[in-house]
Amino acid sequence: MADNQLAPYLPILMQLLIAAGIGTGMIVLSAILGQRKYSRMKMQAYECGMTPTGDAQHRFSVKFYLVAMLFILFDVEAIFLIPWAVVYRDLLKIPGAGLFGFWEMMVYIGIVLVGFFYVWKKGVLDWNTPELSEGPNE
Amino acid sequence: MENLITLAFLVVKILVITHVLLGAVAYTVWLERKLIGRMQNRWGPTRVGPFGLLQPIADGIKFIVKEDLLPPGVNKPLFLLAPLLAVALGLTSLAVIPFGESITIAGHTEALQISGFMRADGSIFDANVGLLIILGVTSIGVYGIALAGWSSNSKYSLLGSLRASAQMISYELALGLSLVGVIIMSGSLSLRQIVDAQGGNILHWNFIGGWQFVAFFVYLIAAFAETNRIPFDLPEAETELVAGYHTEYSAMKFAMFFMAEYANMFTAACVATLLFLGGWHSPFEGISWIPAVPLPPIVGALVPVFWFALKIFFFIFFYIWVRGTLPRFRYDQLMAFGWKVLLPLAIANIIVTSALVAMNLAPIGPK
Repeated sequence: MADNQLAPYLPILMQLLIAAGIGTGMIVLSAILGQRKYSRMKMQAYECGMTPTGDAQHRFSVKFYLVAMLFILFDVEAIFLIPWAVVYRDLLKIPGAGLFGFWEMMVYIGIVLVGFFYVWKKGVLDWNTPELSEGPNE
Repeated sequence: MENLITLAFLVVKILVITHVLLGAVAYTVWLERKLIGRMQNRWGPTRVGPFGLLQPIADGIKFIVKEDLLPPGVNKPLFLLAPLLAVALGLTSLAVIPFGESITIAGHTEALQISGFMRADGSIFDANVGLLIILGVTSIGVYGIALAGWSSNSKYSLLGSLRASAQMISYELALGLSLVGVIIMSGSLSLRQIVDAQGGNILHWNFIGGWQFVAFFVYLIAAFAETNRIPFDLPEAETELVAGYHTEYSAMKFAMFFMAEYANMFTAACVATLLFLGGWHSPFEGISWIPAVPLPPIVGALVPVFWFALKIFFFIFFYIWVRGTLPRFRYDQLMAFGWKVLLPLAIANIIVTSALVAMNLAPIGPK
């Protein structure tokens, strides 16, 4: 076991299972031991004492979707930086390569930054842009 | 047979460490109430036990026997899955965190890390992408909050969970990018190797010796936002959203979101300690004029754990201190700060760090 490079992943899986077991135990224990006294008013969704109007799962502002899309774009770009960072010192030691490893990544970061400033200038990062604020929940 | 013994030790190790964390979580709540109380010129809990020390136990019993409400409008499987997901993932990231070298009890040597194994020559190896696992597990944690709000069928919950999801994914970018400088410094994603690269006194730690102070502050601020703590606690802003995504939760399920939040605080504090503050290394390590005190081996093995715990305690105290000091951000300020300040700062830190390393100006590095 001690020489297998994949061995450290087994404890992580076991930790997940044990943690899920602890969580399930808490839910079950609370469901068994908790008292239950139902009443119609108590079972309503909480809206500060007002009778809830309609369903809560309706449309919400498009800006949350924009943030999610931007996150995916930038996170995919960011993830490329991590393997580069791991081998960066080795890249510098390649004989004859000089600062190749440095300048390559500067070009990449430059391209990412062009996209970033485009998004910034388009006003997507401003939460109060009027043209994006016409969602039904505003 | 040998594998079976290893497995048995592993289960014991996981159970012990997980329960130590759960106990620490319970007493962090006590500490927070006590400290916030003193900061606001109150006493905090005093009635249950001396100094209110039994308060967490009383709270735990109360949570379990309270009425477990299941409102009729909710999506039942997701409503139950959400707190489970939050707690399970909050505790899972603990598995890759190293908090010391190794300890020998009754002739058996065990690494002080759940996913760490001893090699035959006495060295330890752990998951070589430990940092990525922590990032991944904490990102999946967003699902717990998003599902909780969506399945509750309550407007406050939905708004709270939308805010939380948008906030957490926005700050995750800055958080992930602030770690790249540290990875350049240590050349590894294994948390143990990252700490080993910082071996030595306080001047060798990434925070100072690795010139990562900008990254440290970006990480710290992003970690506050990731754990939904004041001043970034908009998802549960009680003055406008009642309790945000856990408005409809009661009894133990409500407590589970709290446990997940505090477990995530501990994870964030652990990562900050391991990456920027030299992990379990003492700030005075290797300074020749400090006399070495002879210690029994078991105490000697626990001294690094003490330093690690002390640094964690500093971060936990800092979390509480900030909560007692700062007001809450407005939502547009929060999003603008994450995208327009922290993200460019993190990218600038990567450029400066890689330039410093290219010019051979970085004083520390992998051994």
